[in-house]
Amino acid sequence: MSDEVDNSRRRFLTAGTMVVGAVGTGAVAVPFLKSWSPSARAKTAGAPVQADISKLEPGQQIIVKWRGKPVWVVRRDQKALDTLPRIEDELRDPGSQQSIQPEYARNEYRSRKPEYLIIEGICTHLGCSPSYRPEITTDFQGGFFCPCHGSKFDFAGRVYAGVPAPTNLTVPPHFFISDSVILIGEDGVV
Amino acid sequence: MSEKDTGTGFMGWIDARFPLTKMYEEHLSRYYAPKNFNFWYFFGSLALFVLILQIVTGIFLTMHYKPDGDMAFSSVEYIMRDVDWGWLIRYLHSTGSSAFFIVVYLHMFRALIYGSYQKPRELIWIFGMFIFVALMAEAFMGYLLPWGQMSYWGAQVIISLFGAIPVVGDELTLWIRGDFVVSDATLNRFFALHVVAVPLVLLMLVVMHILALHEVGSNNPDGVEIKKNKDENGIPLDGIPFHPYYTVKDILGLVVFLILFSVVVFFMPEMGGYFLEHANFVPADQFKTPEHIAPVWYFTPYYAILRAIPDKLLGVIAMFSAIIVLFLLPWIDRGKVKSVRYRSTTFKLLVVILVISFLGLGYLGALPATETRTMFARLFSIGYFGFFLGLWWISKNETTKPVPARVQ
Repeated sequence: MSDEVDNSRRRFLTAGTMVVGAVGTGAVAVPFLKSWSPSARAKTAGAPVQADISKLEPGQQIIVKWRGKPVWVVRRDQKALDTLPRIEDELRDPGSQQSIQPEYARNEYRSRKPEYLIIEGICTHLGCSPSYRPEITTDFQGGFFCPCHGSKFDFAGRVYAGVPAPTNLTVPPHFFISDSVILIGEDGVV
Repeated sequence: MSEKDTGTGFMGWIDARFPLTKMYEEHLSRYYAPKNFNFWYFFGSLALFVLILQIVTGIFLTMHYKPDGDMAFSSVEYIMRDVDWGWLIRYLHSTGSSAFFIVVYLHMFRALIYGSYQKPRELIWIFGMFIFVALMAEAFMGYLLPWGQMSYWGAQVIISLFGAIPVVGDELTLWIRGDFVVSDATLNRFFALHVVAVPLVLLMLVVMHILALHEVGSNNPDGVEIKKNKDENGIPLDGIPFHPYYTVKDILGLVVFLILFSVVVFFMPEMGGYFLEHANFVPADQFKTPEHIAPVWYFTPYYAILRAIPDKLLGVIAMFSAIIVLFLLPWIDRGKVKSVRYRSTTFKLLVVILVISFLGLGYLGALPATETRTMFARLFSIGYFGFFLGLWWISKNETTKPVPARVQ
C-alpha cells in the first residue's frame, strides 16, 4: 500500500536484469566469433596429401601444398647430412626439445629416414617462407635462410642461435606409403 | 540563443524540430578558436578532408573490385586498365592512404610540441590515439586487398605477430586468418572490415574527437587558455569564430595540400616504391616469399623496433609498447607548461631526439637488415623510448620560461 520504494529490491532486480542481459549478449556473440574459425571447407582442404618422390635427386627440393602451406621434401646427400653433428653448438635447440615434430622425427635428422627431410616451409618467427640454400660455404653450412628477418636453419630445419626465429621449423605428420610415395598430414600405422 | 527557439520561417520550423542552428553555432560560427593558430593547425582539417576522400574513392573502388583470392589481383588491374577513370580513383585512394598518415603524424607532432594532450585535453588525445590505431588497422587490411606478393606476405607477417602471445597465440592467428595460412577466407573478412566495420568506428571516433575538442576548446601555439580572459559577453578576448576565419584559412591549406597531392597522384603515384611497393605488382604466391619484404613506409618505424630485438615475444612487446606509450603521454608529461615556446632546453632536446629516432627507425625499417643497421635501429629504439622516459623524468621539476597571461 505504501508509496515507499524498496531500494534493495530495486537494486537486486536491476542487477539481476543486467546480469541476464550480459549473459544473453555474450551468448549471442559466440556464433559471430565462431564464424571466424576455419570453415568446414578449409578443414577439408587440410586433408593429407600424397607426394611422389621417385624423381627427386640428391640435393633437390620439391614443394608440396598441404593445408595451403608449403611443405618441403628435401633429399639430403651425404655432404648435407655430415654438417648436422658439426654445427650443433651453434644451434638454439639442437635436440628439438622446444620444437614441434612427431615423436618419430625427434632425432638429429628430424625425419623418419635420414635421407628425406619433410618439413613445413613456414618460418617459426613470423610466417615467411625461407629459401633453400644447399651450398655449403665457410660462412654458412647450408640449409634454409629466411629473407624477412634473417633467420637461419640447418639441413634439418634446426634454428641457429642469435636469430629471431624461436624454434626449429615444424615437421608435419608424414609416413612413407612406399619407397617412392609419401603421405603428408598423417602419422600412418605405427 | 532564446530568439532561435521562437524563430520564424523555414529555419524556425527546422530548429523547433532539430537543433540545426544550435549545432552550427556551437561548432562553427560561435566556436571561438584562439587567434594565433599557425600552419601546424592545418593538419586536423586536412585529416578530415582525406578521410572523406578515402571514403568516397573507396566506395567507387568497391563497385569494381572482387574480394576473391582468384580474382582480386586481376580486378585491381581491371580497374587500372579497363574502367573509365579507374586509374585515377585507385591512385587517389592509394595516395590518400599515405597522405592520411603524413597529415596525421604532423597533427600528432603539433599536439606534442604545443602540449595539446595536457590537462584538460587528455581525452582528445586518447580519442585521437584510438583514431590512429583504427587508421593503422584500416591501412593494414586495405593493403591485403590488391592481393599482391607484398599484400600477402605483409599480412602473413603481421598476423603472425599475434602468434607470439603465449598459450593462445597459435589458436588466435588461426582464428584471425580463418585458415591455416593467409587465404581467400582472410581476404574476404579483411574486405568486410576494411569497407564497413573500421570506417564506421573511425567516423564515430572522429565525432568524439571533435566533440571533446569543442567542449574544452582548442589549445594554441602559446599553450595559454583563452577561456581565462573573456569580454563582457563571455567571448574569449583572444578567440575568433571558427567560421569564417578558420574555415577560410583551412581552405588555403587545402589548396596547397591538393597541389602537392596532385603532383603525387599524377606524376609519381608509386613514389619510388614507397607508396605502392614494387613487389605488389606480382600476384600473391603462397610458396614464395619476396627476397626483401618491408611494410609500407608509415609502419616502418614500428617494424624497425620489432626487428631490432632478437627475440620474438620481446620484439612484439616492444613494438606494441611503442604505440601504447603514446596513449600514456598525458600522464607521462608531469609539466604544467604546455607550449615548447616556454619549456626548457632539455625538453627541446628530447623532442629533437624523438624526431631523429622516429625518422631513423622509419628509414631503417624500409631496408633489409644488416648488422650495422640493426645496431642503429637499437640506438634509435632507445632514443624513441628515451623520449618518454626523459620527459617523465624532467617534467616534474622543469625550469620553464614565464608563460604570458594572454596569447602573444
